[in-house]
Amino acid sequence: MTELSKTGAAVGEPTSASPAPNSFLEVRDLKVHFPTDDGLVKSVDGLSFKLEKGKTLGIVGESGSGKSVTSLGIMGLHTAGQYGKRKARISGEIWLDGTELLTADPDEVRKLRGRQMAMIFQDPLSALHPYYTIGQQIVEAYRIHHDVDKKTAKRRAVEMLDRVGIPQPDKRVDSYPHEFSGGMRQRAMIAMSLVNNPELLIADEPTTALDVTVQAQILDLIRDLQKEFGSAVIIITHDLGVVAELADDILVMYGGRCVERGPAEKVFYEPRHPYTWGLLGSMPRLDREQQERLIPVKGSPPSLINIPSGCAFNPRCPYADIPKDDVTRTVRPELTEVGGRHWAACHMTQEQRERIWTEEIAPKL
Amino acid sequence: MSENPKDTAVTLPAQSDGATLTKDAAPGETLLKVTGLQKHFPIKKGLLQRQVGAVHAVDGIDFEVRAGETLGVVGESGCGKSTMGRLITRLLEPTGGKVEFEGKDITHLGVSGMRPLRRDVQMIFQDPYSSLNPRHTIGTIVGAPFKLQGVEPEGGIKKEVQRLLSVVGLNPEHYNRYPHEFSGGQRQRIGIARALALNPKLVVADEPVSALDVSIQAQVVNLLDDLQQELGLTYVIIAHDLSVVRHVSDRIAVMYLGKIVELADRESLYRAPMHPYTKALMSAVPIPDPRRKNAKSERILLKGDVPSPISPPSGCRFHTRCWKATQICTTTEPKLVALKPGQQVACHHPENFEDQAPQDTVLLTMAKEAAELVADEVLAESAETSAAVAAEVAETTEAAEATETAGAEATETAEADVTPAAESQESTDK
Repeated sequence: MTELSKTGAAVGEPTSASPAPNSFLEVRDLKVHFPTDDGLVKSVDGLSFKLEKGKTLGIVGESGSGKSVTSLGIMGLHTAGQYGKRKARISGEIWLDGTELLTADPDEVRKLRGRQMAMIFQDPLSALHPYYTIGQQIVEAYRIHHDVDKKTAKRRAVEMLDRVGIPQPDKRVDSYPHEFSGGMRQRAMIAMSLVNNPELLIADEPTTALDVTVQAQILDLIRDLQKEFGSAVIIITHDLGVVAELADDILVMYGGRCVERGPAEKVFYEPRHPYTWGLLGSMPRLDREQQERLIPVKGSPPSLINIPSGCAFNPRCPYADIPKDDVTRTVRPELTEVGGRHWAACHMTQEQRERIWTEEIAPKL
Repeated sequence: MSENPKDTAVTLPAQSDGATLTKDAAPGETLLKVTGLQKHFPIKKGLLQRQVGAVHAVDGIDFEVRAGETLGVVGESGCGKSTMGRLITRLLEPTGGKVEFEGKDITHLGVSGMRPLRRDVQMIFQDPYSSLNPRHTIGTIVGAPFKLQGVEPEGGIKKEVQRLLSVVGLNPEHYNRYPHEFSGGQRQRIGIARALALNPKLVVADEPVSALDVSIQAQVVNLLDDLQQELGLTYVIIAHDLSVVRHVSDRIAVMYLGKIVELADRESLYRAPMHPYTKALMSAVPIPDPRRKNAKSERILLKGDVPSPISPPSGCRFHTRCWKATQICTTTEPKLVALKPGQQVACHHPENFEDQAPQDTVLLTMAKEAAELVADEVLAESAETSAAVAAEVAETTEAAEATETAGAEATETAEADVTPAAESQESTDK
């Protein structure tokens, strides 16, 4: 257990002391560790957040920051695939609508998965089964949770395909995934994940494999569907543009932990963590005048086996020497509130960060 | 960029050994010229493998690359941009057209004919994992160009490779390491070091940063920038990310289904795109600004997917998805013409400019459907700007006529277009 709960208790941060969450989804001190031959990979190392229905949380971070593993952990899929033989270690609490998923009966979770929570994967070609038609796959997903005959289920599949904007849905329902283009496959997958009207939808890099014009269509679709169904959405991406489009709240991950979390506007306009500054500075922007140079983050992301001691970001942080006594290299910073519903984990004082942001970083963006 | 090519030769001793075939092009001169370039991949079927069709990957493109500049090439997947890159580096044999490098026709040079030119034209690949041989050390990989070209750099290959590694920001001590010991960003730097080994004149980079994380992407973009400044390189950068392309390029070519639809200076293109496709493409880029989240109306959603390059649409290839398409677009292919200085467009009904086919005002049914996806504000605004530009053009032409009668010939067409242009814009608006 981390010290995280102490600071947050007064301001409504998730605490393990009160087991009656009032949020729709609440994750408390989630840890997912994978034992490997090279050592323990700490993919997620103490992550907490809340999400209400009808809201969208954007999780951003670079590859290897633990954002995908977080979603797999919530879905209970972290043990699947290649990790099956050597079991992943998961701890913490995940409350979904009053049910704690980690201690719940696996059969119980299986009933929830697909029905109450669903997932859209990054690569629709590998997430869809090549041997079955799109229709068969959607029908299967529907009939697992609904006791209906195949005909009704197929009608439902056609209805969903129509809803996600696939032309001639009554014909395309019998097509195989390879007959669809990338954008259409992604639509089909969205149709499949929404067929049971899930209340929580996790989209893991839903548009990364797509072209911008198709990406715009898919983002639009996700936004409309969320309005229509009122689901809670977690969108995981490395593209700050995509989160800015969709997310109400943003959670920035680095080295398996949350370094900054808050309302989208705050994270974009008053970021309080040097890593968030780095992300914003590395991005060429179409909506601004041409920058002379990008301001990249030096170095590369840490290995999750050997997370740097102290603040995980310290080897790449240009301000690591500002806090005294070398605390950045010895003590892990905890999330502290820096404004309304806005938390950041940094050793610098809030005044120091505010000054650096307004004087040094913001003018260069 | 401003650097004298001779200075470059001093900083890179590798060059001094290899006698250059052609004399260096001064900055601003045409380094590469492409005319009517085509590449059709045959589709074969049946027992006899008879050709039943062809993928028109690149279907007649013209452009020039000037020494010292960066030409960015953007487009969706399948638009032929990568094929184009492989054609100009002659990794693929063109089906038709001509590629000239420093005035020399290299379109059909054989392997041995190309070899001396390989020194001058290098490529950086997209995937830093598959473009480096996992069984070779970094020293072997970066040193390979010297061995292949028979160049003996001053102080030996090892010393030169180590110098190159430090140029791209890697530790020269890593000479004996293998690719798997490096991260994605570092591998991409190795690929860049290899491309720079022989001091090339032209570097073609195919999606050089798209496989990298955002923070690493910025490092590599800055590195490419610095190297251009120091070594006076000329780049052709192929990418799908419009923000990256804007950041690195001086001029930008927008491709759609094997054709260049717009070719313009960076500033003109991003300030006032003329081809509807360019406009749609740019509006589709998600803006990292949550305050604009609800400004959805600015976005132009395109209908459906890119048509198949096996049987591309007749006339203008974009007419099946364009909200301004009229009869002429289905029958006549628009030519890539310079409507403004430094901005070439292939469109009958360009944005931000006077209409090129004002007599044709009836929208296709397809276009009406497509227009439903475009917000009214966007349509109104585009009609307004187009009308304004048309009026401006009329004024300047009139003024020119008043003072100078000699130049009347050129302006005749423009003058004739003015009023109907505005009218047709209004009809589009409706």
